[in-house]
Amino acid sequence: MVSFLVNRLFIAIMVTITVSVIAFSLLRLSGDLAAELAGDDATEAEIAAVAKAYGLDRPLYVQYLDWAAKAVSGDLGQSIFSNEPVFEILTGAVPTTAKLAVYALILSTLISVPLGIIAAVHQNTWVDRLALVIAVGGQAVPNFWFGLMMILLFGVILRWTPISGQETLAHFILPTLTVALTSIPQKMRITRAGMIEVLQSDYIRTARAKGLPQRSIIYKHALRNAILPVVSLTMVQFGFLLGGTVVVETIFALNGLGFEAFQAIIRQDFPVLQSVVLFISIIYILLTLIADLINARLDPRIRLS
Amino acid sequence: MAPNDTAAATTMSVGAARRAANARPDLFDVRTPTPYEIMRGRAKSHPGFLVGMSIILVVGLCALFAPWIAPYNPFDQDISRRLINPIWGINSTWDNPLGTDAFGRDYLSRLIWGARVSMIIGIVAPAAACVIGTTIGLIGGYFGGRVDAFVMYLINTKLALPGLVVTLSLVAVFGGSMFVLICVLTFLFWDRYAIVLRTVTQQIRSQDFITAAEAIGCSRTRIIATEILPNVLNQMIVILTLEMALAILIEATLSFLGLGIQPPTPTWGNLIAEGRNFMFFKPYLVTIPGLALLVLAIAINMMGDGVRDITAPEGRN
Repeated sequence: MVSFLVNRLFIAIMVTITVSVIAFSLLRLSGDLAAELAGDDATEAEIAAVAKAYGLDRPLYVQYLDWAAKAVSGDLGQSIFSNEPVFEILTGAVPTTAKLAVYALILSTLISVPLGIIAAVHQNTWVDRLALVIAVGGQAVPNFWFGLMMILLFGVILRWTPISGQETLAHFILPTLTVALTSIPQKMRITRAGMIEVLQSDYIRTARAKGLPQRSIIYKHALRNAILPVVSLTMVQFGFLLGGTVVVETIFALNGLGFEAFQAIIRQDFPVLQSVVLFISIIYILLTLIADLINARLDPRIRLS
Repeated sequence: MAPNDTAAATTMSVGAARRAANARPDLFDVRTPTPYEIMRGRAKSHPGFLVGMSIILVVGLCALFAPWIAPYNPFDQDISRRLINPIWGINSTWDNPLGTDAFGRDYLSRLIWGARVSMIIGIVAPAAACVIGTTIGLIGGYFGGRVDAFVMYLINTKLALPGLVVTLSLVAVFGGSMFVLICVLTFLFWDRYAIVLRTVTQQIRSQDFITAAEAIGCSRTRIIATEILPNVLNQMIVILTLEMALAILIEATLSFLGLGIQPPTPTWGNLIAEGRNFMFFKPYLVTIPGLALLVLAIAINMMGDGVRDITAPEGRN
């Protein structure tokens, strides 16, 4: 267990460092940062002065270490566009995206897990077919277009829900539906495949032989093992959704991380952009690390192999 | 079987023998079908595969022959013929079966031309990602040890980055040309090949035929290319089809956000982005290109599931 832990932690730290280097170099992709900050008709001397003021004349690795050290202490710099501290922009945006991701994951779990179980238990029946249709359809729907269709149907034709903004819970209905659709297919397929595998195993046959009722076999004995990969997938999906809701947030005018990232990209506001990238990556690394540890705790085969 | 039939069969070419077998199935019914024939048989009786392939073929032909098929030039504006409804709407005309957009451009022509961008991106980017990802996966899976640790580190780093945000940033910095889009999408898609093929290679690696190849002194490159690669082709093709659909959807997403191929070039994402402002009175401007995307993506997924059923039916669950 200890060597597994050390190994996993080592990978996580290496990946974090690499990601931070990549996030840092996003800022340099834009070309000469000092010239951009100084404005369009700045003289050579003015650009040099800006470079000195922002420390841009130092070697790159010094700049990186300086940036990383500040980032660790929570100082992520300022937005080029609004001069607001990036840290405050992030803390303002995270709750919206986190809310959206949590709602979407709850909804998609409530749909995909029961559907996956039923499809596995009643293999090759109409329920199984329906599940497959949902899986294929959900994978193929262009996310942004589905969002627009939801607006058109529920917001404009039926007038049931608000179509933009984030004031009330009702505002989150359409975005939640749109985001949930993307995470349903994968989770349903994994639940179904896991259940099918477990139901064929020896201990389930033993349980059947003992004469246990079908309900207890499926929900008490089989589901416990089949649900493991679903739990880790859900955590990974949460990490993915933090950065994957750019389009949905843009369509429904939600002021979350994805929207901030998109604004930063359009405005070439690189301090905000690199902080969003770094933040999302670190959350993702933490979540996968936790998922791995949970799995290792629950399944001794993983930590011993 | 009569003796002269046997004599004829021995002098027949393989193709001729097959034709004879088709003409008189009772004559050769003991012959074991080749793997290729088994797969062809499965393909012919797999409705999903056939439907998917047909749709892809139609869209592909539209993309290839767009200048000859499209009734109008997709760039020609006609302010007097703005926002005409498609034929099922009111005041519609057969001159523009799918209506016109806000600049009076024929929507059917723009839709047909839009298939070009989708098809090019959908084929080239996943194929390039396939080459890179497969190479990385094979190397990691075959060599193991430190090499594999490095491969895992690359994969983990890629997974940790928010793919769409990085993609959008790169396109914003380097511009939305076809070349940039293909490079960026290649970067976005290589990891799944690497993950799956690494695992599969690890499983194959310990089998006897690999040990045999090593024993007779084959080089590592040769073992990877001629012993392992043919055995992982199935998985590779299945991922390739899934990524094709995904690449087409991501390209449309980039266009929709204004960071893809720039207007006035017709792409399905651009059509939706341009139609969005008129969505509430002219919903067809958004529904039609979206349905085109949906149908193409479903067709590709159906083909992908079909390829898996045909080449490796045991992997269905």
